[in-house]
Amino acid sequence: MPSVEPRGAERREARLAYGMVAPAVATILLIALFPLTWTVWESLHLHDLRMPWLGQPFVGLENYVEVLRERRFWGAMAHTAWFAAASVSLELVLGCVLALAMNRTFRGRALVRASILIPWAIPTVVAALVWRFMFEGLEGWLTDDLGAWLPVILADTWKETPFVALLLLAGLQGIDPALYEAARIDGASPWRQFRYVTLPLLAPAILVALIFRTMNAFRVFDLIYVLTGGGPGTATEPIALYTFNSLMHNLRFGYGSALSVLVFLVTFALALGYIRLLGRGLTEGRP
Amino acid sequence: MRSQGRWATLVMAALVLGAAFPFFRAIAGSLTPEAQLFEGAPLWPSPAVLEHYRALFAERAFWLPIRNSLIVAGSTTLFCVTIGSLCAYALARLRFRGKTLLLGVILAVSMFPQIAIVSPLFLLLRSVRLINTYPGLVLPYLTFAMPLAVWLLVGYFRQLPAELEEAAMVDGASRLRAFREVIVPLALPGLAATAILTFVYSWNEFLFALSFTLGPERQTVPVAIALFRGQYQVPWGQVLAAAIVATAPVALLVLAFQRRIVQGLTAGAVKG
Repeated sequence: MPSVEPRGAERREARLAYGMVAPAVATILLIALFPLTWTVWESLHLHDLRMPWLGQPFVGLENYVEVLRERRFWGAMAHTAWFAAASVSLELVLGCVLALAMNRTFRGRALVRASILIPWAIPTVVAALVWRFMFEGLEGWLTDDLGAWLPVILADTWKETPFVALLLLAGLQGIDPALYEAARIDGASPWRQFRYVTLPLLAPAILVALIFRTMNAFRVFDLIYVLTGGGPGTATEPIALYTFNSLMHNLRFGYGSALSVLVFLVTFALALGYIRLLGRGLTEGRP
Repeated sequence: MRSQGRWATLVMAALVLGAAFPFFRAIAGSLTPEAQLFEGAPLWPSPAVLEHYRALFAERAFWLPIRNSLIVAGSTTLFCVTIGSLCAYALARLRFRGKTLLLGVILAVSMFPQIAIVSPLFLLLRSVRLINTYPGLVLPYLTFAMPLAVWLLVGYFRQLPAELEEAAMVDGASRLRAFREVIVPLALPGLAATAILTFVYSWNEFLFALSFTLGPERQTVPVAIALFRGQYQVPWGQVLAAAIVATAPVALLVLAFQRRIVQGLTAGAVKG
């Protein structure tokens, strides 16, 4: 009987809760947090799987110093930043247009939603291959240092815009129609309605989409691995691909782990911003 | 108002056609005879042939990666939905210390860049001889699938009115029984949406599958397609046929459950 002895009931409830969360927490500790700690440990040691006789001596921050001196690292960082900026801004603009167009009742709305969802749902590898196929027919793009970015950015935009559009659509549907009514009565043009009603009220959803997409763009791997392989040369190599090559091709686990930690730190900084924004959204009573 | 509606229809039609065009090219390419593919593929092949689809299964044994993907994505989904729903229920309904911290950790883990844990996972799996095995893929997949499942399910459970299990408990049922017999049946649509999203993410995963498998006998669909090689050049006909085959199951899932997926997606992203 829960009401007889409140303290005991509370304790029982907590005990049950710990039992229920234990399996999931144990899994997360084992496969995510423990490996992450291990990565940090590896990054402070020399560990080369091709040269096992060297052992794994502690080298302090040497791996990090080497990373920061490496031109290919800075190139990869620049590629990643440039890719994220270009694709995310395209996706936001197109996603906003699509969300505005979809934010009305019309026949075939379900069909439209389904058809834009499919690119989002398919494997990234498939998207990359289809775009590579389309661009291999066009001479010169994939072999050009700058031109090779075009299929990469188009493929990413094609695949990710639906997600942005759906996020923004959810935001649009939360805006009170009475506000537009009031703006119309005051004689506001459609542009001014968009500028002074839609945009400010949509800002939280836009920010969420922006940070969420930036974080994902920063991790880009599959798309470029398949579409350009980072080439020509290393002209389109992002940071995740450089890290992967250091680890799984060159088998330099110490050096590669230092790269991993740096990638983690940047993503973590973006995530912190995201959580802080979300927290503010939650206390303001937004969904 | 009139012109605004027409404008919206036009924009939407253009974007929908743009979204569909690459699929059209892929389908056309997969039906084009090999010889025509090398001379710059025509917009639509004549004659259209099914040769690439036949070769895909008869010569490349493409059923093997399909089987692997089904096993890996299926096990991951099953594991995440069962274990995840227990955890999510406790987080949504029970009072205990450390709840906020746990939610924060789960959210943080869901944002981990996979590349940051590839090397220790590889060493870990190698030391317990799980490289190139099914568990050797399912375990790493839990890193992204478990936080996703828990997060989505917490949202679904919170939407259900608490009076439901309280009534069951007044009638003498234990918490656990109330969960099993009252909450789970009511949350079935949410559980289904979570299962679909987990399955789609696992079906599409590439980096872990590439790093932790060694050969065709355990490769998943995305890895198998990405590593397709012909004798002299990329066998585009077969690659595109494989792309269509890999897309079909997720496309069907999306078409069948689009409303739930959209709900889950926007809730999952807006809330985390």
